[in-house]
Amino acid sequence: MYQTREELDKTAQDLLKKYKDLALTPKMRAEIPVQQMPTQDPGVRIHNMNEVAEGYTEAQVKVEAMRCLQCKNKPCVQGCPVGIDIPAFIMKASEGDFKGSNAVIKESSLLPSICGRVCPQENQCQKYCTMGKLHKDVDQAVAIGRIERFVADYSREHDCDVTPEVAPSSGHKVAVVGSGPASISAAADLRRAGHEVVMFEALHKAGGVLVYGIPEFRLPKKLVQRELDGLTKMGVEINLNFLVGRTQTIEDLMKKDGFEAIFIGSGAGLPKFLGIPGENNVGVFSANEYLTRSNLMKAYDAEHSMTPEWQSEKVAIFGGGNVAMDAARTALRLGAKEVTVIYRRSETELPARKEEVGHAKEEGVKFMLLHQPHEIVADEKGRVTGVKVITCKLGEPDASGRRSPVEIPGTEKVYPFDTVVVSIGNTSNPLIKLTTEGIDTNKRGNFIVNEDTCETTLKGVYAGGDIVLGAATVILAMGQGRKAAKAMNEYLAKL
Amino acid sequence: MNKIIFKQKLSSEVFKMVIEAPLIAEAHKPGQFIILQLGGDFNERIPLTIADSDPEKGTITIVFQAVGATTHKLAMLKEGDYVANLLGPLGQPSELEKFGKCVCVGGGIGVAPLYPIAKKLKQLGNEVKIIMGARNKDLYVMKDEMAALADELILMTDDGSAGRKGLVTEPLKELCETWKPDYVFIVGPPIMMKFGALTTKPYGIKTVVSLNTIMIDGTGMCGGCRVSIGGKTKFVCVDGPDFDGHQVDWNNMLTRLGTYKPQEQEAHHKCHIGLHIPEGEA
Repeated sequence: MYQTREELDKTAQDLLKKYKDLALTPKMRAEIPVQQMPTQDPGVRIHNMNEVAEGYTEAQVKVEAMRCLQCKNKPCVQGCPVGIDIPAFIMKASEGDFKGSNAVIKESSLLPSICGRVCPQENQCQKYCTMGKLHKDVDQAVAIGRIERFVADYSREHDCDVTPEVAPSSGHKVAVVGSGPASISAAADLRRAGHEVVMFEALHKAGGVLVYGIPEFRLPKKLVQRELDGLTKMGVEINLNFLVGRTQTIEDLMKKDGFEAIFIGSGAGLPKFLGIPGENNVGVFSANEYLTRSNLMKAYDAEHSMTPEWQSEKVAIFGGGNVAMDAARTALRLGAKEVTVIYRRSETELPARKEEVGHAKEEGVKFMLLHQPHEIVADEKGRVTGVKVITCKLGEPDASGRRSPVEIPGTEKVYPFDTVVVSIGNTSNPLIKLTTEGIDTNKRGNFIVNEDTCETTLKGVYAGGDIVLGAATVILAMGQGRKAAKAMNEYLAKL
Repeated sequence: MNKIIFKQKLSSEVFKMVIEAPLIAEAHKPGQFIILQLGGDFNERIPLTIADSDPEKGTITIVFQAVGATTHKLAMLKEGDYVANLLGPLGQPSELEKFGKCVCVGGGIGVAPLYPIAKKLKQLGNEVKIIMGARNKDLYVMKDEMAALADELILMTDDGSAGRKGLVTEPLKELCETWKPDYVFIVGPPIMMKFGALTTKPYGIKTVVSLNTIMIDGTGMCGGCRVSIGGKTKFVCVDGPDFDGHQVDWNNMLTRLGTYKPQEQEAHHKCHIGLHIPEGEA
């Protein structure tokens, strides 16, 4: 049932009154209901690009923070890739010390307003939350991510955010390739240690997937810009329009320009396609192209943007991850009448976050589950007219641990669509590997790194994020950026 | 920010610009291109080929035709103005070696990217014949530069106002029959490259084309530039832009190029009104 922000706030205020001056027992805390995230009305939001989730109100965040049991052994922390002291920041939030709460997070994570929005908390911190365990339902865990988001937003809006301190100059010079989440966190930690840090970004705008991939309605771009401004304030130089591997090679940077260590966070590269007939027809897009046009080039603002976006009536999205949800919801906002996610497994196996799937459903996105595309059909002009799919059933678990889809012979059927967005992931970009001697990759093209240090097979060159992991999440990329920076700081100290 | 050092109007809609871009100039090899964006959130990213580079002066030369919204805006910039964003050099450099007898075929502004290729082929000791095609005599670009390096320069126009009247495929076919080249390189409008490649195919002559497809990032990320080469999907920005002309699925490439045709036509019309450029002028 859809509830407005005002309604949710009213409920929270009442709860605050009810629990005021009471010494809460764990049992009482367990009875406090999870605070729902206020969102824009689904009927309204599909016509705008504004953020869907509006963030907790102050009353809600206090109530939600009251649900935390302050476990001594802090199980949630082990689920956080960057090890934030979660009970400590929640404690401060429950006391209404939002600035202090944000400062606790900032000791471990530089991007709380981003992570609070895009981290898959239900698979990380919240998965281990005792409150969730008590209820035997991860959805009943303390909403750690939403509290994180609130205190980060509060600190930004009240201008009490902390810029990390920078150590005196170390005399060392390091390069960071790419400007996405892995690179941002690596650059910040390297700069904190006093090194001269130069970041290289190929696009004309920094932020990587945070700006070209994740839509405005899920992550406002001004938040990303603010984090990048923070880096600049710390003294990190951001060099745009510079493709490492082409404008200059890794070797140039080290030998000619005197960079003593390099972090490569160049992200995933080439979009994957299924390899089925008709995939090069007009009206078939990779999610990267579709989303970049809309996000980075602002094609959703057709009046001002010079970059066009394909106009659709009926859109098929191939894939079931977060990017697929982003593409589906973007298609609706661009004016499509009907959007269908085609995924070969069942709903339980959908890799996207439950919340994203929920938002997509609320907005009217349809799901054709247990179906595998076999062919994209087109008219005589090569323009997409439909997708031939085959029905699947679930078989034995595969290497990923998920039950594998088994096609049922004879069930092929063509459904009408005029647009297809292929959202099944990326393989790594071959450019740096092609132009750098000594960097080894696995058969998927991902860089091989030392798991403890993130060092590649080339001395002094470190890597993290999707170029190592394949398609992963923002927080995992950040975790690797930090791990690499730590090892790089140690490496540089020994030079 | 990249400063425009020199600007010249080559014809009613074709312009040459020399732009400061020291790192691109130093790294540039024949066959490579740049992505240009005019700054601000609403401008598009477009690929343009590099016609020449001067590593000592730190400049690159681009030759472009004002066809869409961005190229029209670009055409209105003056010497001393700045281009906000230039990324490059992109793409695989052309694989050039001593082939022996080479024919370089350029159509319209395709002659501009052909120039560094022809120059390099000549430097490598090849015998180079050049065929240039244009709608009329006023639309030739870099004719003098080409004439200076060609062993033979064959001019073709659609209306017969210069050289021979007809298509570039006619002299190309004659050369295939009489001169028997070892290597043919074609750059120009896609339809010209298609028929050029079809012309040399029966003779089994190695024919390379330089494809210019729809592109956003130019680094392999978006996949918008994909083409079918010998039945396999390739990305023009990282696998190309040069491909074996006999392997390209031309019909698919031509339909993909037309993806945004209605929007482009509208933009073309709008930018003439918006920028106060008379129709027929750029």
